Amino acid sequence: MALADSYFARKFGVTEHDLETYLGEALSQGGDYADLFFEYVATSAVTLDEGIVKSASQGVTLGIGVRVISGERTGYAYSDDLAPERIKHAARTAACIASGPSQVLKHGLMEGEKRNLYPVLTPPTELGLRTKVELVKRADAAARAYDARIFQCTATYADQVKQILVATSDGVVNHDTQPMARLNVSLLARQGNDLPQSGYSGGGGRVSFEFFLNEKTPEHFAREAGRQAIAMLDSVEAPAGEMTVVLGPGWPGVLLHEAVGHGLEADFNRKGVSAFSGRVGQKVASELCTVIDDGTIESRRGSLNLDDEGAPTQRNVLIENGILRGYLQDKLTTRLTGAGSTGSGRREGYQSIPMPRMTNTFMLAGESEPEEVIRSVPKGIYCVNFGGGQVDITNGNFVFSASESYLIEDGKIGRPVRGATLIGNGPEALKYISMVGNDLKLDEGVGICGKEGQSVPVGVGIPTVKIDRMTVGGTA
Amino acid sequence: MKPLELTKEIVRLALELGATDAECTLAEGEEFSVSVRLGDIEKLQEAASRSAGLRVLVGQRSGSAYTSDLSDEGIQRMVRAAVDNAEVTGEDPFAGLPDAADLGQHSADLSLFDEGIASLTTPEKIEQAKRAEAAFLAYDPRIDKSEGASYDSGVSSRYFANSRGFAGGYRSSQCSLSAVPVASQGGAMERDYWYSSARSPRQLDTPENIGIIAAQRTLRRLGARKVATQKAAIVFEPRMARMLLSHIGEAVDGDAVYRDSSFLAGKIGQRIASENVTIIDDGTMPGLWGTSPFDAEGVRTRRTVIVEKGILRSYLLNTYTARKLGLRSTGNAGRGLSGAAYVQNGNFYLEAGSLTPAEVIRQAGTGLYVTEVLGNGVNVVNGDYSCGAQGLWIENGELAYPVSEVTIASTLMEMLNSITAIGNDLEFQSTMAAPTLLIREMTISGT
Repeated sequence: MALADSYFARKFGVTEHDLETYLGEALSQGGDYADLFFEYVATSAVTLDEGIVKSASQGVTLGIGVRVISGERTGYAYSDDLAPERIKHAARTAACIASGPSQVLKHGLMEGEKRNLYPVLTPPTELGLRTKVELVKRADAAARAYDARIFQCTATYADQVKQILVATSDGVVNHDTQPMARLNVSLLARQGNDLPQSGYSGGGGRVSFEFFLNEKTPEHFAREAGRQAIAMLDSVEAPAGEMTVVLGPGWPGVLLHEAVGHGLEADFNRKGVSAFSGRVGQKVASELCTVIDDGTIESRRGSLNLDDEGAPTQRNVLIENGILRGYLQDKLTTRLTGAGSTGSGRREGYQSIPMPRMTNTFMLAGESEPEEVIRSVPKGIYCVNFGGGQVDITNGNFVFSASESYLIEDGKIGRPVRGATLIGNGPEALKYISMVGNDLKLDEGVGICGKEGQSVPVGVGIPTVKIDRMTVGGTA
Repeated sequence: MKPLELTKEIVRLALELGATDAECTLAEGEEFSVSVRLGDIEKLQEAASRSAGLRVLVGQRSGSAYTSDLSDEGIQRMVRAAVDNAEVTGEDPFAGLPDAADLGQHSADLSLFDEGIASLTTPEKIEQAKRAEAAFLAYDPRIDKSEGASYDSGVSSRYFANSRGFAGGYRSSQCSLSAVPVASQGGAMERDYWYSSARSPRQLDTPENIGIIAAQRTLRRLGARKVATQKAAIVFEPRMARMLLSHIGEAVDGDAVYRDSSFLAGKIGQRIASENVTIIDDGTMPGLWGTSPFDAEGVRTRRTVIVEKGILRSYLLNTYTARKLGLRSTGNAGRGLSGAAYVQNGNFYLEAGSLTPAEVIRQAGTGLYVTEVLGNGVNVVNGDYSCGAQGLWIENGELAYPVSEVTIASTLMEMLNSITAIGNDLEFQSTMAAPTLLIREMTISGT
């Protein structure tokens, strides 16, 4: 696919000559490198609440970001107007970071390789909102039918198609069309006069609309949210203190995202401020642990044909049999440290400077049967669903909040417990993993990762794992 | 076309295309940001942006759209989309614009914009950040790394018009200077930060003070240990007390209340906190971060007593949530650009007490002084509270040694009812503010 096929060439008549002109302006004060990031995002969303479709919304954002790198310095400017004069003004603003003789583009722009990890049958944005309204209505009906104790339900369907075009002064021009869709159900259940308990489920990815009709239906998400809320009606206080923790497969992989993922982003490590800095080649997890960040899995929420700096995404081994293998790189960190690209340069949008980020982060399956893992625990806690998490990458402390967990007593799953935060230290926590299940599962497609004010979609995954020691923040 | 005229024009277009009511928001902003690290510029960013959003009603159905494409074609497309979208939504008897009596704005100057915002040149802004960083790097040899220092500033304008004749706009300025040192000791590293924010650079704290406070905060974390699992007193420093207060803000949000998804739903007139606790929301305090002349629906902002001496007096309400609860809007509508308004606090604060922070710590006797809360393990539906924490251990009423990798847990209801001492150190650095707070007892989970 050539530049001429890109959305920006078709819709705004952007030519190779234009791109070279803008890059030339960006390097007019010197600088080692410059890039352009064109972005157009069309979104739509419908929300059903209290049985009424209360909102239907559509939106468009459009803009271009221009970046100039000079040594360790980055200059950045953007415009939400694609008029050539405005783009040149942004390029000259970003150029101010450098001070030297103007650089000339040494070679013409080359089209990057093309692949398609998200072949979309029906782009969600081409369907009318009425079709999407049906999904949220089905979710609401299924949630209310699930159990009479469910008294509130909100279902939201949201999708977007993002068009990007990246052109770099080292000669790459690449573009991509990135669809995303997601369906969420959140609900409340109550027993008698007790305080309500909540349930939440959702999923999607870079998928066609058909995904919600054939694979993960509104009823699937509604029943899952209902199951959680009803289960929590019988919950008891969560225990407090250090204990054995078993994580269920799938979304609990958020452990990896917080405990190791962020700490392995190369921007922190370049500055030596991560708890994982200088530890490549060292043991940072039990040898049962192999952790991967893979941006190339078809249709996943965290997947990308190319990252937001125009580089193809790839499968990166972060930890192999417990040994730290490498960091996640963006263009700046590869330039400054000489590391190879990992295709991890991502940004929230045209207003944001790219940073090394995760895509889909997961642990490879082990050999234990999940039942055997539970059976091996005399006393502990089994966590199957989490809210979010957070990490202090400098001292390595991370937390993640369990929203659905159960006591384990004498190798058997017991009563559900109230929400509790788990806390650990990144380079230490994974050393206590003593069993890894054979049931690797990726999450359903709801992850949002925040870093320095920028949000990007991500995926996580994990098999059932047993952590011999972790602090559980309950009250009992 | 001038922005306010454009919002009125968009409203007019919407009515022409079949909307029975419409409200349009337009936001403009200019931002500048520079960060320095190890004495040199690391990132410098400068840009301006502008976008608009529209919500329409067709009878009791509503639709929304937004765009950053403000060309004639872009606006036409947005207006058509909003009106079309209303067709697929359901009739909501509570949907609608505010009552005429509530619409309005304060004419007095609320000091949200200070001409001084433009007084610094780019090299001077860079210099401010360099001085803040230099101050923490020089403070102690254990501060051997830097995550830099930043100077950020911006001017933003918000315009709003609706089909009931309201039109208004206001401009605000903000700048901030922040510093992030990293300190090492025995192979372990710690990081913390400090900042100052203001409407203009001359109101900012000096770069040296910001750097030094950041350094002190970082150094006092070194050598942290885990403590045993136990029940003990908890003191929240103001920055963390503010986070606790934000959960109360979520719980009195009319949206959570009418859905019965707040542990404070239905508790007006009841005791929900110790008698020394008074919580106010005031959107009219000049110069502060939660102040505006009107809210996102064109309703005049006001002062509302939320909790008076421990008794819950009011929720935070916009027009929709007020109608759902049979009450009147408290002028607390917020909104991105499009969509229905949500609820947003003004300056939401817990009134100061009379004790100095040191006296509050002394009263605690033994316990944890919390300087950082990690994660969001707070559930306002049932009030459960469980968060990661870092801070300093209190022994014999004095700060003794740093603590990390522990959690603190209780329920918000128990915490509110066991606030036994309140500091006199209330400062408005964001839209929420609270002084040092002592909570009699929470569960600390450690070893």
